[in-house]
Amino acid sequence: MLKTEELQINIGPQHPSTHGVFRMLVTVDGETITDLKPVFGYLHRNHEQIAEQNTYLQNMPYTDRLDYFNSMANNHAYAMAVERLAGIEVPERAEYIRVLMVELTRILNHAGALGFLINDMGMWQTQLAFGMREREKILDLFESASGARLMCNYFRFGGVARDLPPDFLPRLKDLLIALPSFVDELERLLRENEILLQRSEGIGVLPRELALAYSVTGPVLRGSGVPYDVRKAEPYSVYDRFDFDVPVGTVGDVYDRFLVRVEEMRQSKRIIEQILEQLPDASGGHINPKARQNVRPPVGDTYARVESPKGELGFYLVSDGSGKPYRYKVRAPSFINLTPLGDMCRGYKVADVVVILGSIDIVMGEVDR
Amino acid sequence: MSEQEIQLDLERQGVFLSTLNRFYNWGRRSSIWPMAFGLACCAIEMMAFGLSRYDVARFGAELFRASPRQADLMIVAGTVTKKMAPQVVRLYNQMAEPRYVISMGACATSGGPFRDGYNVLRGIDLLVPVDVYVPGCPPRPEALLHALITLQEQIDRQKLGRVRWYGAGDRPQTSDFPVPTFGAQGLEVEGKLIDPVGGLPLLSPYTSPEQGEQKSGRIEHPEIVRTFPIMDPTVELEHALKAKGVAPEIAVDDLKRDEVDDAQA
Ligand code: SF4
Repeated sequence: MLKTEELQINIGPQHPSTHGVFRMLVTVDGETITDLKPVFGYLHRNHEQIAEQNTYLQNMPYTDRLDYFNSMANNHAYAMAVERLAGIEVPERAEYIRVLMVELTRILNHAGALGFLINDMGMWQTQLAFGMREREKILDLFESASGARLMCNYFRFGGVARDLPPDFLPRLKDLLIALPSFVDELERLLRENEILLQRSEGIGVLPRELALAYSVTGPVLRGSGVPYDVRKAEPYSVYDRFDFDVPVGTVGDVYDRFLVRVEEMRQSKRIIEQILEQLPDASGGHINPKARQNVRPPVGDTYARVESPKGELGFYLVSDGSGKPYRYKVRAPSFINLTPLGDMCRGYKVADVVVILGSIDIVMGEVDR
Repeated sequence: MSEQEIQLDLERQGVFLSTLNRFYNWGRRSSIWPMAFGLACCAIEMMAFGLSRYDVARFGAELFRASPRQADLMIVAGTVTKKMAPQVVRLYNQMAEPRYVISMGACATSGGPFRDGYNVLRGIDLLVPVDVYVPGCPPRPEALLHALITLQEQIDRQKLGRVRWYGAGDRPQTSDFPVPTFGAQGLEVEGKLIDPVGGLPLLSPYTSPEQGEQKSGRIEHPEIVRTFPIMDPTVELEHALKAKGVAPEIAVDDLKRDEVDDAQA
C-alpha cells in the first residue's frame, strides 16, 4: 500500500493567471484541495492612509486606482459620499451622464472579467482578445469624454468634469448596435463549448446561505440566487427611472456567475438605451455651478454605496470640519467577495482554483488597497 | 559612403552582408519575450499592449511567458510594495541572461502617486537595474511600444564580444542581485535599511546596464532622513475644531454629536 500525505503548495504571488499579486496557500491531498488560505497584502498601497492626508478633491484620482478596471464606478461612489456629506446638489444631466458612464464601465468590466475567466480555463488569450477588442471601443469613448483611457478622474463634486463631446452620442449609438452580437458570441462560446462547460458547471459552488453569511455582493451573490442589487434595493442617482432586470443564477457555480455577467451586460445596454431617450439637453449644465470643489464639509459621517460591477462599493467618510477627511474607509467588494474562496475551493481539484478565483472577479488594487 | 550605407545599398540589390554582431542582435531584438507579470493598474495597459489593437506581435514580443526562466524582459508594471519587492528581485534573478527590465509607469519608476505610502518601494531601480523607464500613470500602450522600440535600439548597439553575460572584457560575470529582507524598520539589503518610511531612499539606484549598471551601495542622504508626518508625534494634524477645544475623536462619536454642534454654533 502506497503511503500518501497531504502536501502544501504555494500558488502565487506571481502566477500565470491574470489576477494580480495574490498568493494562495493550498493544502492538497493528491489533486484534491483540502484547505486554502489566501494571503494578501502584496499590493497594499496605503490608499486609505494617503487619502486622509489629501483634500477631498485630491482623492478623486486615487479612487480611480482602487479598482482599476472601473474607475468611473469608484468615482461615482466617492463623489456621492462627499456630496452627501457636504450637501451638494447634482444637476439632472450630470446624473444621467454619470449613470451612462457607470453602465459603460459595467459592460467593459464584464467583457474583461469573462475574458480573463476563460483565459484561466486554458484558452490562453484567445477570448481575452475578443473581450479587449470590445473594451477598447468603450475606452475610446471614455477618452473622448474625460481625456484618459483607464484612470478617467471624470467626476467632480456636483457633476462631471466636462460635458460630453459632440461626437460622443453618435459613437455610442454605433457601439450599441455592435454590442449584442459580441455578447451573444461570448455566451455561445461558453454554452456550446464542451471543455469550458466541464470546467465550469458544478465547480466552485457557493450555496445561497453561505453567500449571505459571508456578505458577498455583486454577481457572485446573484449567481447564488439572491436577487440583491443596490441599484434596486436602494436606488441612488437616477436608477429609479430605468427599467431593468436583475439576473440571478440557481446553483451558484462558476457557470452561473458567468451567465449572470453576460445577462448584466445586456441589462446595462438596456439602461443605456433608456438614458439616450431621457438625457436632458445641455442647458441644465454638467456640473452644479455653486458646488465648491475644495469642500469643507460640516462635522459628521456618511456612508454612500453604489453597485459597482464587482459588487457593493461603499465609502465611509468622517469629516472633522476641515478640508481633509478625518477617516476614509472603503468597503471594497473584491475583498469581501474573496473571503469565501477557501470554502468555494474545498473538495475541487487544483486546476479549478484559478477558475474559481477568476469567477469571483477580483482586482488586487481594491482588495489590498 | 559609410560601411553601413554600403551594406544597405547592397541589401536593396538583393545581396545580404552582415556582421556577426548585427545578425546576432537582429535575432535577439526580434524575439524579446516578456514575462507575464503584472503588479497593479499598469498591468492592464500592459495587456492592452499585448492584445489585438496595439498588437506587440508586430515587434516579436507577444509571447508572454509565465516562467521567468523563459523570459527575456521583465516589465515591472505597477506599484512595487515592500512586501512584493523581494519576490520581484527573486524573479529577476531567476531570469536567464541576457535579461532586460522596463520600468512601466510612475509607480515602478519612483513610487508614483503612492510614493508617500509606508509600504511602497520608491523605484524598482533601487533593487534591479532598469533599461528603459516609461513615464505615465498609466502609460498608454503606445508609450510602452515606444519603450520596447527603445530597448531594441539599445540591443542593436550591443557588441558580442563586450556583453556582460559572456564574462568577456573587463566586466565581471554578473551575479545574483541581493534580495532584500524585512528588518525592524522596513526593507533591508545586507542588513542596511534601504527605504525608510517618509525619508528619502537610503540607497542609490542602479544605473542602467548601458551605463555600466553600477551602484555605490553607500547610504546617500543620512542627514536628511525625514519622518512621515503621521508617524511623527511632533507634527500636528490640521484641525478646525482644535481651537475651540474639541478633540477630533468627538467627530466619530455619535453620542457626542450634539456637543460638537454646540461648539460650532
Ligand atoms: S503608475 Fe499609476 S497606473 Fe501605474 S501602477 Fe502606479 S498608480 Fe497604477
